[in-house]
Amino acid sequence: MAIAESAHLLTIGGVPLKTQLARAERSRKLRAVALVLPLFLFVVLTFLYPLGRMFYKSVENEGTMGRLTLTSEALASWDGQSVPDEAAFAALAADLKAAQEKREAGEIAKRINSEFSGAISKFKGITRKVEAMEAGPYKEVFLGADKVWADPALWRVIKSASDTYTPYYWLAAVDLKQGPDGIERVAPDQAVFVDVYGRTFWIAGLVTTLTLILGFPVAYLLATQPARRANILMIFVMLPFWTSLLVRTTAWFVLLRTEGPLNDLAELLVDQRFEMIFTRFGTIVAMTHIQLPFTLLPIYSVMKTIPSSHVRAARSLGAGPFLAFWRVYFPQTVPGIAAGCLLTFILCLGYYITPALVGGPRDQMVSYYVAYYMNNLINFGQAAALGAVLLIITMALYWVYNRLVGIDNMKLG
Amino acid sequence: MDWLPLLGLPSYASTQERAWRLCFFLFCGLVLLFLISPILIVIPISFNDSSFLSFPRGTWSTRWYEDFFFNERWTTAVKNSVIIAFFTTILATVLGTLAALGLSRPNFPARAAVMAVLISPMVVPVVITAAALYFFYANPLVVTAEPVFILNNTYVGVILAHTLLATPFVVITVTATLTGFDQSMIRAGASLGAPPATVFRKVILPLISPGVISGALFAFVTSWDEVVVVLFVGSSDQRTLPRQMFSGIREMISPTITAAATVLISLAVIMLVTVELLRRRSERLRGIRN
Repeated sequence: MAIAESAHLLTIGGVPLKTQLARAERSRKLRAVALVLPLFLFVVLTFLYPLGRMFYKSVENEGTMGRLTLTSEALASWDGQSVPDEAAFAALAADLKAAQEKREAGEIAKRINSEFSGAISKFKGITRKVEAMEAGPYKEVFLGADKVWADPALWRVIKSASDTYTPYYWLAAVDLKQGPDGIERVAPDQAVFVDVYGRTFWIAGLVTTLTLILGFPVAYLLATQPARRANILMIFVMLPFWTSLLVRTTAWFVLLRTEGPLNDLAELLVDQRFEMIFTRFGTIVAMTHIQLPFTLLPIYSVMKTIPSSHVRAARSLGAGPFLAFWRVYFPQTVPGIAAGCLLTFILCLGYYITPALVGGPRDQMVSYYVAYYMNNLINFGQAAALGAVLLIITMALYWVYNRLVGIDNMKLG
Repeated sequence: MDWLPLLGLPSYASTQERAWRLCFFLFCGLVLLFLISPILIVIPISFNDSSFLSFPRGTWSTRWYEDFFFNERWTTAVKNSVIIAFFTTILATVLGTLAALGLSRPNFPARAAVMAVLISPMVVPVVITAAALYFFYANPLVVTAEPVFILNNTYVGVILAHTLLATPFVVITVTATLTGFDQSMIRAGASLGAPPATVFRKVILPLISPGVISGALFAFVTSWDEVVVVLFVGSSDQRTLPRQMFSGIREMISPTITAAATVLISLAVIMLVTVELLRRRSERLRGIRN
């Protein structure tokens, strides 16, 4: 009866109640969207869009793009095996002349040299030669200057570098390159990045393990002590958590130094000073100290929800203290362990400041190389590709974290 | 055996159990010591009279504090940090609170996806963010080849970047206070004749204020601690306190870094106490007891 009647219910304005309710619902939804929109646009425009633009740089031929357009056209129909024809030589000569006028010929040489070592000097020589020439034929001049210009391998590099896009930086980020017969490994003395990624994973994994070993018992202690005592002990965890990263790194820098307090103590005890600053050991100790609260707190908050009656029940059923802990209590803490360890691992992958200040040259992680290629070598393509690989790994782990824990369930403070 | 209750063990506990318990307490004590001592050890060193980074041997002095509070290099850094953190806090708190309010409305469309986007600046390694912003700030509007304006080496650029890094914390803390928030209170307010603005001011804001304030604190701390973005997109004009400390360690200027560290530790204590008080107040307001 009520259902049949409601179809005809009207509001004061004479509109059916159902329509009015739907309208109100829609306007409420719109208002909710309007509240989120400013931040959403802010994040998309000043974060996601810049990220996209940066990764575009990792596939762009920055050094050569726009400087080898004629060569690119002339090489379009080249078979890739023979010595190119006069048209290609003339086009390259014209491109080099144009670039030289803008003092940009060096950029081209640098870019080609990154894939074909020794190219810089050849390019310098030939640029000087063709600059003096008014007209062709160029092929003889090139071949006369150096027989390297008859090498199809060099021309293949020129061709791939004159394209708009290049896989070069991405391949280089995993120590690969495009050789004459497809993709190959770079020379062992240039293969650095796989090692850097391996080191980053190793340090992150080790720090995560250490924080778990140190953090788990303390989390258990905090969760099982009476509230008053637990609150006091909690200060020991929360004060480092709230202290600036730079302060904690400063503290470790002071502590680990050869003339520092730790070594003073060591000299007193074993009459010897140890080298700890600028070492892997120092980096790992400092990172473990900084990350410990991040692993500990999620474990603690899961432990708080485990009723103490479970272990008592197990004990009363005849389990020994260790069996009761291992079979009844520990399995219930696994979600907290997963959340804490994953968070620490993700954060560790991006460490930059602490290794840069207390680590040695062999302890720097991926972030350091991104910064180094950006600021010191001004090789933006390589920096972007290195960053992209790191970002993909981080995002994959973040996805796992989100599935396991849910990002909005993250506990802060 | 009157020390047994101290270990939290019943009187029938076996010797083996007692030994284990003792080891456990010892281990935890050492870990807690490991957590707190590096921070505490900086404090006496900052009062050392000599320019070596070591414990005071004999004379104590406040000369590094004088340097910190009166040397222009440090006072400018403090001033820059305060300015940048202040504007970041305001921007991040407003944007983050509004977004959290919108997201907490029932049946918000594509909530999980939107949340993932809003939180993403917190997850991406900060070096990548800094590098991307460096390129972006060089020419924010790509419609023209020559940049119309540049945000690198400006206060606005650093503040916008810090706001980006800080908003996820505000969104998370405010969302947390809104879980379990009774939506019928909004309807109750409205049915009693209050316009939406009044409902917000009189009903919603008092309830979520602990979350908003602790979110604002997180935003402040994020900006106050941040150094990588400042290194990338800022110039020496935007030199903040963490950046000054970073170069202080790199170039080993003077033990003033330990004085700066001590001042920042005192600040962390204040933050810690404030957040704890806010958490208790929030639980009381929302009727959660433990």
